[in-house]
Parts: sequence; C-alpha cells; structure tokens
Amino acid sequence: MNKRPSLLRSFIFWIFVLIGLITIAYGFQVTKVNFIETRSEQRLTQLTRIIRALAHPDILEYDKEEVFVEAPVYLPCPEAEVPIHEPDTSGPYIILDPNCEDAGEFIVVEGFNFLPNVQGPINFIPPSGASLNIGNFTADSNGEFEQRVQLPKRQPVEEAQTMRVISRKNVGLPHFSSVAHATWEKIIETVFLALLATIFGTLMAIPLSFLAARNLMSEVKSPVSSVALMLIGWPIGIFLGLYLTQLVGQVRDILISNMVWEIAGLIISPILGWLLLRWAVPAEETNEAGLPIRIGRIVAILVAVALIILSLLILGKLMYITGAWLEEKLGAFSFLGYFVSQAGEVLRMVTPVFTALAGGAVSGGILSKFGLIIADRYSKSTIRVTNAILAAIAGAIIFALIGAGIDWLYQLNDPIKTLFIPAVVGVIVGLLISLRLGPKELVPIGIAIYLIMRTILNAARSIEPLIYVIVFVVWVGIGPFAGALALALHTIAALAKLYSEQVESILPGPLEAVTATGANRLQTIVYAVVPQIIPPYISFTMYRWDINVRMSTIIGFAGGGGIGFLLQQNIRLLDYRAAAVQMLAIAFVVASMDYTSAWIREKFV
Amino acid sequence: MLEIKNLTKIYEGDVLALDNVSFNVQPGEFLAVIGLSGSGKSTLLRCINRLVEPTAGQVILDGVDVTGANQSELRLIRRKIGMVFQHFNLVSRSQVITNVLSGRLGYVNPALSLINRFPEDDIEAALKQLDRVGIANQAYKRADELSGGQQQRVGIARAMIQNPEMILADEPVASLDPVLAHSIMQYLEQINNEDGVMVLCSLHFLDLVHRYADRAIALNEGKLMFDGKPEAIDDERFKEIYGKEAERVG
Repeated sequence: MNKRPSLLRSFIFWIFVLIGLITIAYGFQVTKVNFIETRSEQRLTQLTRIIRALAHPDILEYDKEEVFVEAPVYLPCPEAEVPIHEPDTSGPYIILDPNCEDAGEFIVVEGFNFLPNVQGPINFIPPSGASLNIGNFTADSNGEFEQRVQLPKRQPVEEAQTMRVISRKNVGLPHFSSVAHATWEKIIETVFLALLATIFGTLMAIPLSFLAARNLMSEVKSPVSSVALMLIGWPIGIFLGLYLTQLVGQVRDILISNMVWEIAGLIISPILGWLLLRWAVPAEETNEAGLPIRIGRIVAILVAVALIILSLLILGKLMYITGAWLEEKLGAFSFLGYFVSQAGEVLRMVTPVFTALAGGAVSGGILSKFGLIIADRYSKSTIRVTNAILAAIAGAIIFALIGAGIDWLYQLNDPIKTLFIPAVVGVIVGLLISLRLGPKELVPIGIAIYLIMRTILNAARSIEPLIYVIVFVVWVGIGPFAGALALALHTIAALAKLYSEQVESILPGPLEAVTATGANRLQTIVYAVVPQIIPPYISFTMYRWDINVRMSTIIGFAGGGGIGFLLQQNIRLLDYRAAAVQMLAIAFVVASMDYTSAWIREKFV
Repeated sequence: MLEIKNLTKIYEGDVLALDNVSFNVQPGEFLAVIGLSGSGKSTLLRCINRLVEPTAGQVILDGVDVTGANQSELRLIRRKIGMVFQHFNLVSRSQVITNVLSGRLGYVNPALSLINRFPEDDIEAALKQLDRVGIANQAYKRADELSGGQQQRVGIARAMIQNPEMILADEPVASLDPVLAHSIMQYLEQINNEDGVMVLCSLHFLDLVHRYADRAIALNEGKLMFDGKPEAIDDERFKEIYGKEAERVG
C-alpha cells in the first residue's frame, strides 16, 4: 500500500518547481527573450516579405522579349506650338497628357493595345541617351494602363526628349535560372564532399574502434619487460622504417632516370617480393621451424618489404605522370586522369607513413616477444633487475619524445628542459612502476591503450567540424577539400566511438569459442568479432553519411566549400529568392539521403 | 592423460567457484561432470583450457603444465582441445563452413587466415567433418539458418577439425529437446569410441550420464563430491550431490 506523501516531500517538490521557474526566468534575461519585438509592425512586414521571397525560389525563368513603345516629351514646353505626335495604333502605343511640362511636374502616361496584365518600367530618355527609370506600369485585362509619373528635374532642353515604356513578354519554354545552375553544381559538390569524408572517416575509424573497445582490450596484459621493450621498439622501428623508405627512395631515383628500368622495377619487384613472402610465410605449419630457417625468413621478409616499398614508390610516381597525361587526353573523363595522378601523390605521401608504422609495429612486436621470453625463462631476481633497467629506458624514451613535442610547440630551444629533465623524470617513473609491480605481475597495457584512445576520441569528437574547417582552410585553402578533411576528421572520432560501443555489445560466446580453438587475438577479432559487427557498422556508416551531408551544407559558412558558401552569400546579399533555391536543394538532398539510407539499411542489414 | 591438481578458482568478490578439486582422466575416457547449476561445472571445464584463469592449482595435459604455459604455448595447447558449448557459440552471420574452419585457426598461417584463405586440405577436412555429422549439404548456408540440433553438430565439427586429443563439452545438450540430445550425445560417443578422443562432458540428466559416460564426477558448490562409475550414484549419493530436497527425474 502506498503511503501518503509526507509534508517534507511535497515541500521539497515545490522547492524544485521554484528552482526550475527561477532558472527559466534567468534564461529569459540571458537570451534576451523579447516577445514585444515579435509583434512590431515593421518586423512583421519584413518577415512577410522574406517568407514570400522564400516561397518564390528562383528556379525557373523565361527568356524575355522587350518591346519599346516611345513618345516624344518636351521639358519644358517649347515657345512654339507643340507638334502633335500621331502614334502608330496598330501595335501598343502611349499617349502623354500633357506631352510637355516643367521639370519636376507630374504628367500622366496612358497606354493602349498592350498585352493584358503586362508589367514593365517607364523610362525617361534625355538626348544623351541615358535611361532614367521614373516609374512602372501594370496593364489591366484590356491591355490598357494609366500611370502618373514625375518628370525629372533636368536642365531645360529645346528639342523633344523621349518617354519610353518597355513591355516585357515571356517567350519560349521556362528554363533553369542561373541560380539553379549554380545551386546544382554546388549541391553535387556537397554530396561528394560528404561521401569522401564518410568513406575515409569510416576506413580510419574501423581499426581505431577495436582499440577503443573495452571487452577486447581489457584482457591484453603483458609482463613489464615485454611492455617496456615494446615501448622502446616502436620509436626505433618508426625510425628504421623511415630510413628504409629513404634508402629505397634513392634506389627509385636511380631507376626512374631510365624508362625501361622503371617499368622493369615496377613489374619485377612486386613479383620478387611476393615470391619471397610466399616462401617466408608458409600456409600451414605444424612443427616449429629451426633457427637458421627463421633468420632466413626474417631476412626474406625484410627484402620483400623493401621491394614492395620500391614498387609502391615507383607506382606512385608513374601514376602521377600518367594521370597528368590522361587528364589532358581524356576530355569529358579528365577527372579519371586527375584521380589517378592524385592517387599517385597520395601513395607517395602515405608510403613513408605506412612503412614507419609497420616498422614500429614489427620492431615493437619482436622486442615485446623478447620481453615475454625474458619473463618466462629467467629467475625472479634477474627479471626484477632487467625489468627495472628496461622500464627506466622505456620511460626515458617516452618522456624525451614528449619533451621533443613540447619543444616543437613552444620553441623552448633548451635541451636541459626539453631533453634531460624529461629523460630523468622518465627514468624515475619507469623505475617506480617496475618496482611497484612484482616480477611476475602483468601490466594491463590493453586498458591503458583503451583509456588513451577513448580520451583522444572524446576530445576530437567534442570539437565541431565547423571549427576544424578553419584550421584546414589555413592548410589547404578555402574550398571543398578543406571541408572534406574537416568532416573526415570528425567522422573518424565519432564513428570510432560508436563502433567501439558496438564491439563492446557483441555476444561473448563466439569470441570464447574461437579463442578456445587456439586462435590468436587478431584471428579472434576477424572470425568472432567482425561478422557480428558488420550490420551495426553499415547502419552507423549510413547514419554518419546522413549527418555528413547535413554538415556539409553548412560547412561552407566557414570556407569549407559546398552549397553553404552559396547560401551564405545570398543571405548576406539579401537575395532571398536565390537563398530559397539553395534551401530547397538542401532539404531535397537531406530527405532523399534519409530515404536512401533507410532503404540500404533494410536491404543489407 | 589429464591431471587436475588442487584446482581452485575464486572470482572477483570472493566467490568460490572451485574448491581444491583434484582428479585424473585417462586417455579415451568419457567423463561426465554433474552437479547443480552454479556448482562450478562450467568453471572447471573452462579452467582446463584457461578460458577462465585458475586462481591456484595445476592442470597437466600429457605431461605439459597448462597452467604454467605462456600465451603462445597456451595457443598450441588449446588447438589440441576442442570445445562444445551449451549455446553452440557459432558466429551466426558466417557460413557454416567458415565456422568449422575457424577450428583450424591455431594451425594455419595467421596472416593468410586474416583474409579468409584456408589451405585446400582444411576445406576438404571441414566438409568431411560436416559429412560425418550429416550436414554436408548445409555447408554454405549461414549458421543462423540452421536449427538448434544442426547448429550443435556444426559446433562438434568445429571441435573435431582441430584434431583434438580432448573435447570439453559444456552442457552440449541442455538447449536441445530429448531426441536431439541423444543424437548429439551419440556423435560425442562415436568420437570417443572411434577416434579415441577423451571427452569431458557436463550433463544435467542422469539417464544421459548412465547411458554415455564411463565415469562421472560430481561437484557441489565447487567441491568434488563424487568420483566413480555412474552406476554407483545411488539415492544417498544423489542427495549428497544435489541436496536433500532433490528428487530424481528421468
């Protein structure tokens, strides 16, 4: 049975209601809520005007045919009699009443035989030939009108001047206006901007999402020696990778001096590399190989990697050249040539990064294996000593690298502050950690990576693409490329977070089953995790594309290209009819994106 | 031979799941593990291949100390131990044959397996194993298109393609109806008899234990209560294992 609410409870309830009201009241002041303004006559007129303009988007227009209808006018009246003007009444004609008057006085322009309901300007043409608009007319349903206009205040002229009425008529079929054409061009740019940002963002977010998934990372634990050696191995490997790329780059420079060598290098090096890999990485192995064979394999893999880098570098260069050539030759499909040359450039840029990372991974991996062996084979006291030494070195390296980063940012140029002090601090931190943990204890390195990853992703996600684009505009210039980069960066952060949450919610059963077969971590992820996350990944990617299309419509406000640029321009120019076209285009694209993504999700998920 | 010595598992929050359990299993033996839900059966089976890390004690398989193995050694041990689960634990969106082939992951080249390349022999072996459990014609269907009994047969095929020396079956028939239960148990029996694979199988129903097991052990609140022939479980023993209030069914 429910108890009646006590007096205290209802008192607390009303206190909360009061606090709520006060909050809203303060909010009114801060946000300058002003409902009196909303009823102001002037504002309402403006609002009506704008809404009506928006309701008449400048999409279609007609070609206009102009008919000039003229009559002489005297300003001022001449001394002699005014010659009578006999209009040609077969077509449209005007009669001025009177046909002479002093400057600044009013006369009446009467028109006959015009098209029904036609509109147009009434111009005054002085002898100089310049046209001066002094009024507009609207014919009635009989094609007649009567409009009172003021004559301009001009110096008196003897001879007749001209009153010209221009009747405009739509001819032909309606066609798209120049605004519509510009909008079409920009909306295409917008859609592709969003598409590229989504594709690259997704590709980058997928591997990151595994690192940010708690259930996968929490079980990754390693002995101190292994973690320390891995931390030492990564920077060394990155350095070696870059060095290797540089060496291979020199070989390439020799090769590309000669076209035949270049093509030979492009064909032979990947084949050779692949054959070496085939030998070094057997398909199935039941028995562990002996030491000489293992060393031979490592050498073979290294050579194969160098050969593959070589072929990538040559390929990049070749793609750049052929792309530029194709761009000239292909005509309407020149964009394919452009893509090839840009892809070659990307290949050239990415190859060193990739080899550096791969070098880091390989050297970190090999050294951490050594760490495992140390932790496995030696006595506790030996492990304790090696752990302390390795952790100290690792700490020194990591902190020195952080110091180098700080030096670059703040330009301290003081090796004591940016190298020695951090290194000493690193040694102390490393020693403390290694002594704090027992010799056989495992470091939860997975959770550490998970936490770092999550922090970076959350920070990157909390900054809006509109702010990223400002930085990218500085880097690559105003335009859609800056917008695509900004959106891609935000997409990586946002999708990696969403994806990792999906990874965390997979069924643990298959994971357990695949682990039980003796699969390693990567195999477990590919066979037990990936099949489970494909549907949510597709659905999140579609959702993100949706968001990116919407974001790309406004990213132009900050210089990121796309339709936003046009929209902002027209709003600033108060051209609401043009702005209305862009708004309609955005609404259309966003709505159709919505339907398409829903359809794709239904079909494939 | 499998030797379990003083195996203890304490979960976080001081939950004692296994309390100093010791027993041996001979090669080719079919051992049933019985006990109430929560008595530690699943924990025991998972401690043997270290899906659950034991707190104390030793697991020794054919003279190799499983509990002392490092990660890469553990993977080599695990590939000799097949496992069958109550809820099948298939990857439901993958093809049946891919599920079976995942049993070879401990053997194949890791790099090639990541792009779903398996040696021809393995693919043949997978089809043979599926044929053995009578569902070779379902090999290229998605796993979730199969019925429960068929899914468990895929689970057995996955365990058998490992060429295991031992199979750990964690209540393999608890989610199946009695008819299917017998057919699944017969496959396990066949593997046990024909291939000489040691089977450790946790079971709920005593008639299944009597029918298929050579020997039974019983757990109650993590303690080993019984170790002997299934026929030796009389009413008194039964009440010891399952508690005073329990009554026999089936």
